[in-house]
Amino acid sequence: MEAIGLSVIDWLIILIYFAFVIGIGFYLRRYTKSHEDFFLAGRKNSSWVAGLAFLSANLGALELLGMTGNTFKYGMYVAHFYWIGAIPAMVFLGVYMMPFYYSSKIHSIPGYLKLRFDEKTRVLNGIAFAIMTLLVSGINLYAMALVLHTFLGWNWDVSMWISAITVAVYVGLSGLMSAIFTEIIQFFLIWFGLFLVSVLGLIEIGSVNEILARLNQFSPDISLTTLWSSSADPMKNGMHVHWAGIVLGLGFVLSFGYWTTDFLVVQRAFSAKDLRSARMTPILASFFKMALPFIVILAGLIAIVLSIDPKSGFHLLQDGGQINYDSALPMLIARYYPPGLVGLGVTALLAGFMAGQAGNISAFNTVWTYDIYKAVLNRNASDSHLLWMGRVSTIVGVAISLITAYWAKSFPSIMDYMQAIFSWVNAPLFATMLLGMFLWWITPNGAFWGLITGMLSSFLMYLAVKFEWIPQSLITLSSVQSDMAANFWRAWWAWLICAVVTVAVSLLTKKKPKEELVGLVKGLTPQTLDANIPFVKKPEFYALISLAVFVLLNIWFW
Amino acid sequence: MDEQQQQQVKPIWYFVGLILMIMGGIIFCTGIYLYFHPSMNPTVLAETHPNLWWGSIMILFGFIMYRVSK
Repeated sequence: MEAIGLSVIDWLIILIYFAFVIGIGFYLRRYTKSHEDFFLAGRKNSSWVAGLAFLSANLGALELLGMTGNTFKYGMYVAHFYWIGAIPAMVFLGVYMMPFYYSSKIHSIPGYLKLRFDEKTRVLNGIAFAIMTLLVSGINLYAMALVLHTFLGWNWDVSMWISAITVAVYVGLSGLMSAIFTEIIQFFLIWFGLFLVSVLGLIEIGSVNEILARLNQFSPDISLTTLWSSSADPMKNGMHVHWAGIVLGLGFVLSFGYWTTDFLVVQRAFSAKDLRSARMTPILASFFKMALPFIVILAGLIAIVLSIDPKSGFHLLQDGGQINYDSALPMLIARYYPPGLVGLGVTALLAGFMAGQAGNISAFNTVWTYDIYKAVLNRNASDSHLLWMGRVSTIVGVAISLITAYWAKSFPSIMDYMQAIFSWVNAPLFATMLLGMFLWWITPNGAFWGLITGMLSSFLMYLAVKFEWIPQSLITLSSVQSDMAANFWRAWWAWLICAVVTVAVSLLTKKKPKEELVGLVKGLTPQTLDANIPFVKKPEFYALISLAVFVLLNIWFW
Repeated sequence: MDEQQQQQVKPIWYFVGLILMIMGGIIFCTGIYLYFHPSMNPTVLAETHPNLWWGSIMILFGFIMYRVSK
């Protein structure tokens, strides 16, 4: 594969960025004195800071290279990941779940499981989350290496090591605080560095309507330009998925499983200064999330339009004879950006991956330190020892991510890899959380066995389809196949199995006394939230606006 | 982090403003150079001089954030 190449000015911009984030790590180290500073950024952030960090932690490789590449592969259906696959869950987290999380003063999601259920459920989830986090962290390293490899022609190994060392330095120095600072810088660099691709694409092609018209002309039978109107028949949409799979698998299980239980993003809300700011964190983030398709989906559609026009000279890169979908965004940057802007575009991509990886690593070091090390291995660890362990686990986590990066490289698309992992861990956990938070009679044994059964069944379904022990149609309930449809449906079945086992075991085992569940379960907790502030300042008001915009966008692109 | 230390930490918007102004400035200056010395292998839409207007937008936005953080 031939490298695209950079000028001296591009290099200068990239070097300024690296120097800046490492400099911030050293600057903030002076203010990181306790384990609370390292793991929760001192619980001092405003909802704007926590909200942008909340979104940026999710703005990793998947959201940039992966989603643009998937739009090239599946068409506009990928926008479901930003809208139905995110907004209802983010709003639900802010309105209903955050009060239980924030008020219980926990350090992590497994910490909530300990309070609500017991130690074994916490450790089980802690281990599963730690493994998942390192697998996902590897994707960001892989994607970062893809960019360095594509633009600079660097060797894969060198690219991954440089990226990994940078993240290890700035997260190791100041933990969540420097992760949040750099995530917000990265958020702005991503917008300034990548939105211009869509702007220039629109200038070249003419308008959004022209893009949609050319796509409809290119693919009249399989829709690449609608969200719902072609979802009744999987044969008629690019993702080959039925609307029920989108709603149940993506919109309900995968989305709620990720946005409400994945500590990687929820940790940012825990850093907020008070409960209202914590509740506003995901709600504010939801507005920015809804806007992201104007970078990634639009860029993916522009890439399709250019690639079907032989006069444009645009094509994706090929690796070993296979089309590399993830190269869509880098190739658009190379097409439109003159020297200087190429450096900004590459920096934006690198920033996205580093934000995603830093998010994973800071979540990993917290769960490892509190939910595995302190809970099982060293119960009497001092504050300073925990701070030291946080730094050590940051370096170890980055080292293990390097190994998982090579595994991620073997998947045809990083999005398929991500959704496979989420359907193993997050989908069943969401069933446990939902039942535990809203039904007081769910027992610790019910939660533990439900979680184990849900995770194992999801993994077994994945293996059974991969090695063709069973036909994929058994999972997707459709004769039309796609990896993404299989991920959605597998998540739904894992959630259902976990929920059924949790309820069944709970009916047969000993319940926790109600008085131990006050503040942890709805119905047993007094309703005193924001009682004295006007409605227009309440998180519920902004949640309603967010939902209204979400509905309008879905109708617009129906 | 206690209150005294928290006050000493510069707000995040200061750093955002600073990096946008620096990068925007470099991109803008590159745009001026490319205006007078066009590239031998121009990119698509190079005639719209994206470095000039996008660099200006970054400088302006960065300046506003920098001022607000002060």
